[in-house]
Amino acid sequence: MDTYYNPDDLKKFGSIAEFQPEFAEKFFSYYGAVFAEGALTAREKSLIALAVSHAVQCPYCIDAYTSDTLEKGCTEPEMMEAVHVAAAIRGGATLVHSVQMMNKVKDLSM
Amino acid sequence: MQSTKSLKATGHQLADSAFQLTVLSREVAETLHLPLFHEKLRGAGLFPLPSVAPTVLQINVGKMCNQVCKHCHVDAGPDRKEIMTRETMKECLDALAKSDIQTVDLTGGAPEMNPDFRWFVEEISKLGRKILVRCNLTIIVANKKYHDLPEFFKLHGVEVVSSLPSYNADKTDRQRGDGVFDDSIKALRMLNAVGYGQEGSGLVLNLVYNPSGAFMPGSQKGLQDQFKRALAKDFGIVFNELYAITNIPVSRYLDYLIESGNYAGYMEKLVNAFNPVAAAGVMCRNTVSVGWDGGLYDCDFNQMLDLHVASPGKHIRDFDAEALGRRSIVVNQHCYGCTAGSGSSCGGTVA
Repeated sequence: MDTYYNPDDLKKFGSIAEFQPEFAEKFFSYYGAVFAEGALTAREKSLIALAVSHAVQCPYCIDAYTSDTLEKGCTEPEMMEAVHVAAAIRGGATLVHSVQMMNKVKDLSM
Repeated sequence: MQSTKSLKATGHQLADSAFQLTVLSREVAETLHLPLFHEKLRGAGLFPLPSVAPTVLQINVGKMCNQVCKHCHVDAGPDRKEIMTRETMKECLDALAKSDIQTVDLTGGAPEMNPDFRWFVEEISKLGRKILVRCNLTIIVANKKYHDLPEFFKLHGVEVVSSLPSYNADKTDRQRGDGVFDDSIKALRMLNAVGYGQEGSGLVLNLVYNPSGAFMPGSQKGLQDQFKRALAKDFGIVFNELYAITNIPVSRYLDYLIESGNYAGYMEKLVNAFNPVAAAGVMCRNTVSVGWDGGLYDCDFNQMLDLHVASPGKHIRDFDAEALGRRSIVVNQHCYGCTAGSGSSCGGTVA
């Protein structure tokens, strides 16, 4: 496989324990707790995870949370709206910096 | 494009049960190099899997249906003419009368399309047994002669179990056919109107959720909560419980998996999600399934794969509850579907 990403690697996520078991165990236990039903439903958390997966552009996460949201009965419009939330935040984060640009323009201009 | 014909009518290879069993074993053992189901059971100390005294008689009164759902393990449809005769129904009634099985689960096809359906329900009702009807909902609005089914069900205290894969029209229609969602909503309203699913009515309306695609069902409780919220908010519909059922790789669902390129991935997922607790709780252990021709099986899936019970009497006329309570369940690779994750049965998850 001569690309950086291999879909089969997703199934091997657990193998990160091979090089550092203690932290891996802590991480997976924390991960499990985060995604359990809580003040937010597991379904809501899955949609947040799907959106964040797109924001961090992690192909493994996109695969995993597309399946997970489907399993939790989410509809395609719900899934796409979640991705738009990520897109809006990313777009907004870019645009809100333009205030700094505008400030600087005003500082430097007559 | 939704097919309007059964695999059988199109002469598809997968209409042959022996071919399906070959395709399943080959995938698990040769392609995926995973253990066969009986080996996995043996590893969990559960092989051979013993039955217990039967408490449920599940009767498939025929393969005729007004729908042609993409995932149907029965390969049911309007072109299927195999339906139970009144004579075989009488043999079922004789078997029930001499046993203490308290629950009769009627399925199909659309069981209501069998011309003797109502007579059969009335006769089972006279025996004082609890009756479940697996109603596809749309049959209620399909023709004027079925419009009074909610009243008929109510009269006999029938528990209605109905498939609804999503509270979203598009998702539902892609699995069950164009317009199915709207008709299902109309039918659910009719059931609600006579009291089904309403608190305190004693009339039980349960929904069946099964995934519209090559993935497993999520938490039954989570899905039920969401279905309750969405159906109440968007349509004012109420129901009792939601059963999350895993799609079993048999017949049209097997065809879908292969055609969509999801077969290996789905089987691998099922095998890797094998749960010994779910395996110990599978419904076939306390169920006897009767085919349209009176044949006896461990479950409706085994029925479609022509895997008869491993008990001396293989026909309802030879029904022997005591012998059936001492049989070993006939297993094959499709059984991985009922033992994955939280498990699956006609009554939802088991673990």
